[in-house]
Amino acid sequence: MTGSFRLSKSPVLVGGIGLAIFLCVLEIAVETGMVMELVVPRPSDTFLAFPPVQEDMDLVGNFFVTLGMTAASTAIALSIGVPFGYFLYRNRRYGIAYEGWLAAAFAAPTVLLYPLFLVIFGRTYLTLIMMGFIPGAIPIVIQTRQGLLGVSQTLLNVGRSFNVSEREMFWKIQLPSAVPTIFTGIRIGVMYTLVNIVAIEYLIDFGGLGRIVSEMYFRFDTPGTYASIVAVILVSVFFYWGFGRIEKWLRPV
Amino acid sequence: MADILEISEVSKTYDLDGENPVQALDRVTLDVAEGEFVSVIGPSGCGKSTLFNIVGGLIAQYEGSVRIDGRAVDGAHRDVGVVFQEESTFPWRTTLDNVAFPLEVQGMGKPERDERARKFVSLVGLEGFENHYPAQLSGGMKQRTAVARTLAYEPRIMLLDEPFGALDEQTRMLLGDKMLEIWAALNQTMLLITHNITEAVQLSDRVVVMSFRPGKIKEVISIDLPRPRSSEVISTPKFGEYVGRLWTLLREEASRGMVEAEAELAAR
Repeated sequence: MTGSFRLSKSPVLVGGIGLAIFLCVLEIAVETGMVMELVVPRPSDTFLAFPPVQEDMDLVGNFFVTLGMTAASTAIALSIGVPFGYFLYRNRRYGIAYEGWLAAAFAAPTVLLYPLFLVIFGRTYLTLIMMGFIPGAIPIVIQTRQGLLGVSQTLLNVGRSFNVSEREMFWKIQLPSAVPTIFTGIRIGVMYTLVNIVAIEYLIDFGGLGRIVSEMYFRFDTPGTYASIVAVILVSVFFYWGFGRIEKWLRPV
Repeated sequence: MADILEISEVSKTYDLDGENPVQALDRVTLDVAEGEFVSVIGPSGCGKSTLFNIVGGLIAQYEGSVRIDGRAVDGAHRDVGVVFQEESTFPWRTTLDNVAFPLEVQGMGKPERDERARKFVSLVGLEGFENHYPAQLSGGMKQRTAVARTLAYEPRIMLLDEPFGALDEQTRMLLGDKMLEIWAALNQTMLLITHNITEAVQLSDRVVVMSFRPGKIKEVISIDLPRPRSSEVISTPKFGEYVGRLWTLLREEASRGMVEAEAELAAR
């Protein structure tokens, strides 16, 4: 229809409208007692809980602490994961031998190793970063290898036909070609990193948002608990959006 | 004209599992003169693509020799440019950046390479699409981008492996006309691998007919049709005669190939 607004062209708006509808339905469900207020607070109460949580626990400051820890863990995961994935791609035998083990290790609940890390690194940010790095690196390694294995033979032959060097082959053909797959690994990795970091913050009562979630929970402040969980979701949204932008920059189409 | 490409007694056997060797090419000898348009035609399994990969330097282990200007070819050669059958444009690069790719790896500065790439984009008729990505182009436009990219490399011999094989017949004919324009404008030596008889006759000075496995040269037919040529030539009686003659030669090979392929399937 000419001149009409096409929702499908504006995914952010469509998502926002969907979220608004969900929150309205939830508000009504809690208000009418269909959902227990003790378990799920009214969305309006969660919204109103932000100022007191900010005043009491510095929600914004801790948002940046968790965001910083996740960024540091992800940076380490990337700096180790991508080269190691490339190594497993170049060394076929190692790749075949270790990919299964890596996939199995990814399923392991590494968060339960936190006492060990506390012994090694103490109750410090380093424990959070290292605990976040482990689950973040594994999918990056696996997806980097898979992405490079999936590069079209024809594109490699194009490079060979133009006499490109090994270095140019990697930077100008293999890496851009593998970007979508590698970024799938990065997105999965960063989510697991964030989950691990928040869980450790919660368990050891140290660091950023996880510590606030723990504090609010033990105070039976349900709206405050949900407000801090929303802040965790915003960290996740930030990374999802950020890596989406980087991917778009590297692979515009 | 002097021969630029000499393919001499080239044989190739694949032995992937060490037990069932398959001879793809058997003593293939062919000379191509500078500025000549030669097509190699044959049924599936005749070793056309193997020959293409050997001349393109993508297969190193083979018997016989391939020489350019008398010098043996060992790996990818600066004088040989390749256009592949499969989709080969880089999806993350615009048309202009795709075409400029070989110039970029040669270390040419951006302003100069963009200017030269524009020339070849224009030559293949893609003006106005310089900033489009392959996903925004049709199949024919993508293949023209690949052709322009290879032309930008300025090879003395252009190897084309069924570049329009995936396109519909009408687009294929129109792109054939475009290739003839380019060939005439640049006096480019071209070696086309194809299984399309019409395309081979429309474009070539000579058509090399290959037998089914092991690939041997069965006959070489000179196409004596007037130049400049276009797809309109297909309506002439002489064109029909060439197509008929080629089909007679190919029919036996294609039938043999079909029977052997079915026997292989039945044996599994």
